[in-house]
Amino acid sequence: MAGGDFGAQKEWLWRSAEPKASYDAIVVGGGGHGLTTAYYLAKYHGITNLAVVEKGWLAGGNMARNTTIIRSNYLWDESAAIYEFSLKQWEQWPDELDYDFLFKQCGVLNLAHTLQDVRDSQRRINANTLNGVDAEWLDPQDVADFCPIVNVSDDVRYPVLGGTLQPRGGIAKHDHVAWALARALDSMGVDLIENCEVTDFIKDGNRVTGVVTSRGRINAGVVGLASAGHSSVLAAKAGFRLPVQSHPLQALVSELYEPVHPTVVMSNHVHVYVSQAHKGELVMGAGVDSYNGYGQRGSFHVIEHQMAAALELFPIFSSARLLRTWGGIVDVSPDASPIIGSTPVENLYVNCGWGTGGFKATPGAGFTLAHTMATGEAHDLNKPFGLERFVTGALIDEHGAAAVAH
Amino acid sequence: MLLLTCPWCGPRDETEYHYGGQAHVPYPEDPAALSDEEWAQYLFYRDNPSGPYAERWSHSGGCRKWFNVVRDTRTYDFLAVYKPTDPRPEIEVTR
Ligand SMILES: Cc1cc2nc3c(=O)[nH]c(=O)nc-3n(C[C@H](O)[C@H](O)[C@H](O)COP(=O)(O)OP(=O)(O)OC[C@H]3O[C@@H](n4cnc5c(N)ncnc54)[C@H](O)[C@@H]3O)c2cc1C
Ligand SMILES: [Zn+2]
Repeated sequence: MAGGDFGAQKEWLWRSAEPKASYDAIVVGGGGHGLTTAYYLAKYHGITNLAVVEKGWLAGGNMARNTTIIRSNYLWDESAAIYEFSLKQWEQWPDELDYDFLFKQCGVLNLAHTLQDVRDSQRRINANTLNGVDAEWLDPQDVADFCPIVNVSDDVRYPVLGGTLQPRGGIAKHDHVAWALARALDSMGVDLIENCEVTDFIKDGNRVTGVVTSRGRINAGVVGLASAGHSSVLAAKAGFRLPVQSHPLQALVSELYEPVHPTVVMSNHVHVYVSQAHKGELVMGAGVDSYNGYGQRGSFHVIEHQMAAALELFPIFSSARLLRTWGGIVDVSPDASPIIGSTPVENLYVNCGWGTGGFKATPGAGFTLAHTMATGEAHDLNKPFGLERFVTGALIDEHGAAAVAH
Repeated sequence: MLLLTCPWCGPRDETEYHYGGQAHVPYPEDPAALSDEEWAQYLFYRDNPSGPYAERWSHSGGCRKWFNVVRDTRTYDFLAVYKPTDPRPEIEVTR
């Protein structure tokens, strides 16, 4: 496989393009979702007079900040469909893109600490099984066998009463994913335009015909937004509202350790999740800060909480040293499900609202946004995720239901 | 860690407070007259600006009263703190 080693340099993989005057399609946001949207527009819809415009550097947003957990054990049918579609893509993408993402299907274990957790977990296992998503119940002894460093004693505030395991879940190296997509796009002639912030939209009546950027005006037949936490800022410029709120979300890593942690462990109730990166850092994340923010940094007390939870679950980490923390800005929707589809502005489409969990859906997000931009119609996979659900009331309420609180 | 000043108790650590989202969102005057679209706006749509934002906080670990602030969502600086019955103060937007 080409370029899959740790030393891969992004400069070798794509050229940073100059904006042309006009494109058939423009995707705003050079994160995983934007890159994937462009990839599928080129691959399935033959649109290669196409640009991805990114205000910073390619994949420097949440794509570079997430904790890389991939799973598809969501409760509702609509979610299971798009996340499982994505997981199947993850399983074939390294071959398709000829790039080793270090996608490690080490399993994702979601712990239950209360009787209600246990019931919710078992309900979710049944739902997953009916949807063809792999899911197993582990009792506390099974948990200890599967991940021996988890403390399953009764002698803690929130004892582990069991957990759900999705064996096909795991982690991937997010930067590699972005670089692989960028290389593929470059070879298909797609322009990746960095340091190019969209500051406004060009409209003809209610139809978008281009974007105003920090590097000039660019005309476009169709525009797709994949700007994650900044989607409502852009929507406001285009003249409509989105039902999302942007929150800081943090993660942190320890120093490098020998492999001690064989899987991904998530706990909704005590709220921490822990995995070990390929290089050896313990990677930990928690919940969003309660308030809205665009500052890409979070509150210290969230870190304190997550460390307390981590230590109770993994006493072995008591002397682990923190190397660094960082924050991203995630946009959370009222039902904790994404919004993918048309907007009140013609020819302008949106993909947003992925909140804390959109990395795993990178393939599905791009696939459906590309389909919708190219055909003007939602694909079956994103039909339920349109903006109209907030008017019809057909919400897809994954808050807490999908194995993690938001 | 944010330091937020309750209008009744004074400056306290952010952990004493509970966040309540956008301020000045009145309950519909005539709920029965609202269309589905208007209900959706009232229930699910809130402003989400990058910049000054008028929002509600409750001093849940102290006097338990609600109050309003204007906070810059880019810097997290509190630009004004005021009682829930007061109007939103005029704030000059810098930057
Ligand atoms: C700390 C943290 C941990 C996470 N952990 C996980 C996890 O374990 N698993 C999981 O599935 N998900 C996780 N997520 C969520 C996941 O990262 C996001 O849902 C996903 O990355 C969003 O899609 P994206 O990759 O396109 O976003 P981004 O990578 O943020 O891409 C959006 C891009 O748009 C650009 N942009 C914004 N405004 C403009 C503009 N005006 N003009 C031009 N460009 C603009 C931004 O610079 C950015 O590069 C996590 C997120 C964070 C912050
Ligand atoms: Zn008070």
